[in-house]
Amino acid sequence: MALSDALYEDLLAAHRGLDPDRSAALNRMLVLLLATELAEARGDEAGVREALRAARRAVTR
Amino acid sequence: MPAHAHERQPFVRPPELSGGTTDASVAVVGAGPVGLAVAVDLALHGVRSVVLDDNDVVSVGSRAICWAKRTLEIFDRLGVGGRMLEKGVTWKVGRLFHGDEELFRFDLLPEDGHRFPAFVNLQQPYVEQYLIERARAFPDLIDLRFRHRVTGHAETADGVRLAVETPDGPYGFDVRYLVACDGARSPTRGRMGLPFDGETFEEKFLIADVEMPDGPFGEGPTERRFWFDPTFHPGKSALLHRQPDDVYRIDLQLDPGADAAAEAAEERVVPRIRAMVGDRPFRLDWVSVYTFRCARLERFVHGRTIFAGDSAHLVSPFGARGGNGGIHDADNLGWKLAAVVRGEAPEGLLATYDEERGRGADENIACSSRATRFMQAAEPEAWGFRQAILALARSAPAVRGMINSGRLSQPCALGGTSAVTDGGNGTIAAGAPCPDAPLGGGWLLSRLGGRFSLLAVGTPGPDAAAGLPVLHVRDEAEVAARYGRGVFLVRPDQHVAAVFGGFDAEAIRAAHRRALARGARGAPRRAAGGGRTAA
Repeated sequence: MALSDALYEDLLAAHRGLDPDRSAALNRMLVLLLATELAEARGDEAGVREALRAARRAVTR
Repeated sequence: MPAHAHERQPFVRPPELSGGTTDASVAVVGAGPVGLAVAVDLALHGVRSVVLDDNDVVSVGSRAICWAKRTLEIFDRLGVGGRMLEKGVTWKVGRLFHGDEELFRFDLLPEDGHRFPAFVNLQQPYVEQYLIERARAFPDLIDLRFRHRVTGHAETADGVRLAVETPDGPYGFDVRYLVACDGARSPTRGRMGLPFDGETFEEKFLIADVEMPDGPFGEGPTERRFWFDPTFHPGKSALLHRQPDDVYRIDLQLDPGADAAAEAAEERVVPRIRAMVGDRPFRLDWVSVYTFRCARLERFVHGRTIFAGDSAHLVSPFGARGGNGGIHDADNLGWKLAAVVRGEAPEGLLATYDEERGRGADENIACSSRATRFMQAAEPEAWGFRQAILALARSAPAVRGMINSGRLSQPCALGGTSAVTDGGNGTIAAGAPCPDAPLGGGWLLSRLGGRFSLLAVGTPGPDAAAGLPVLHVRDEAEVAARYGRGVFLVRPDQHVAAVFGGFDAEAIRAAHRRALARGARGAPRRAAGGGRTAA
């Protein structure tokens, strides 16, 4: 299922009112919680590594 | 002044200074735990050795203190495990704190039915003392030479010639092999100019042994306690271990730029300890400020010179992988060197020591480097991620897997290496160290002993097969649970060399030959006439 505009709204809402440091902390926790979900869903860490590679490509190309 | 002062070992004038010579096959340089373990193991296999050390006392300061289950099993085979268990402090639970809040605890040995616990904490000087006493039980096989400093060595046509200095003057002697167990700054390694490459960590750590009769564990069980960012030592990590004699090991992370000499001064150390233990009376026993290095020799066997322990590889102390890894080296090397010296295996068997313990060293270095990196959190984003991981650890248990306060010493599995015949039965894979289990009122590992043998679990068959004795286990639940059904070829260092479904004598012979590096076709077996085929 594709991500929705409602989820985008929720992502922004989670950051609303936070200073940049706490926003960064929220993002890190989000990464860890989503990585946990992904690793548990796939039974290994391959999916997380795949996402890491895709993100790295996106910021370095 | 250390709480445990040990007796001085006597200097004995060697026969070489009176025109005599030794008939020992092996010289062991360094009478630390690894060197002494090698000598005792060689003696158990009937091989003579000379152990040389430039000092005449066991090590000062507690140094290595945490001895892991597998290491204790090796020490038991060598004859000192019982004493270590009796004197040492047993523990299996680690507790992790962030600030003053406990995040979680882990149990390193949650099941019963093992002779040895997950860990015994015991100061290295005691271990050395027990090993020296054990070595003295083999007066014909182990020649202990204290205050004998090796100043040179050179390979000869069929061995190594050593140059030694003593209070009575210099001498030289010849052996077939030299085992260098002369520590992190190994003079043997230095003399050979061998590169010792690795990663140096900037962080400094303060290590203190503190005598404290009214200790923080009270009447409760001994635990390993580790803190990230505790209020008594803000922004850094701290580790607490208990040792016998009411001594505690405290390990405090310092700034990378800390002045080592200043930090080791009593007036700097005492307030740090005071902040941690409160009003409890204590006495400083030993203090050291360290930086850590992870490094290894590319190869552990150089002709007739073999490196074991810290001379071969160095790790950070988080995970207790230095002392334990060194004893795993001795365990792996002892029977192999004995077999080569006795002509029961080709010299190629020693290459499997390099291969197998090289893997062990790589594992230990990887684990201890990761732990140190997690503690340092020095790289970009590392600090932020570590804070996030610690903050989530209680509410999201799966995140705890990333928290690394040291991955405690585990033996290395040898599957896929050249002397192991790969295979398994779903419960145990070839190359695994043999798990212990209760057996007939005693213990399985004691029954297996230190020779090649077969273990048959739930598999009826003969009492000897392919020239090897068979230990039959029929219905002991723990053995069956830990091994599954099958026939296991067990090496003298109590590792599974091969797993079989039944008594296939030809397959067993082939696996036995392979474990001795004799190759699939059996070279260099003794020919019918008593001579030898080419290796």
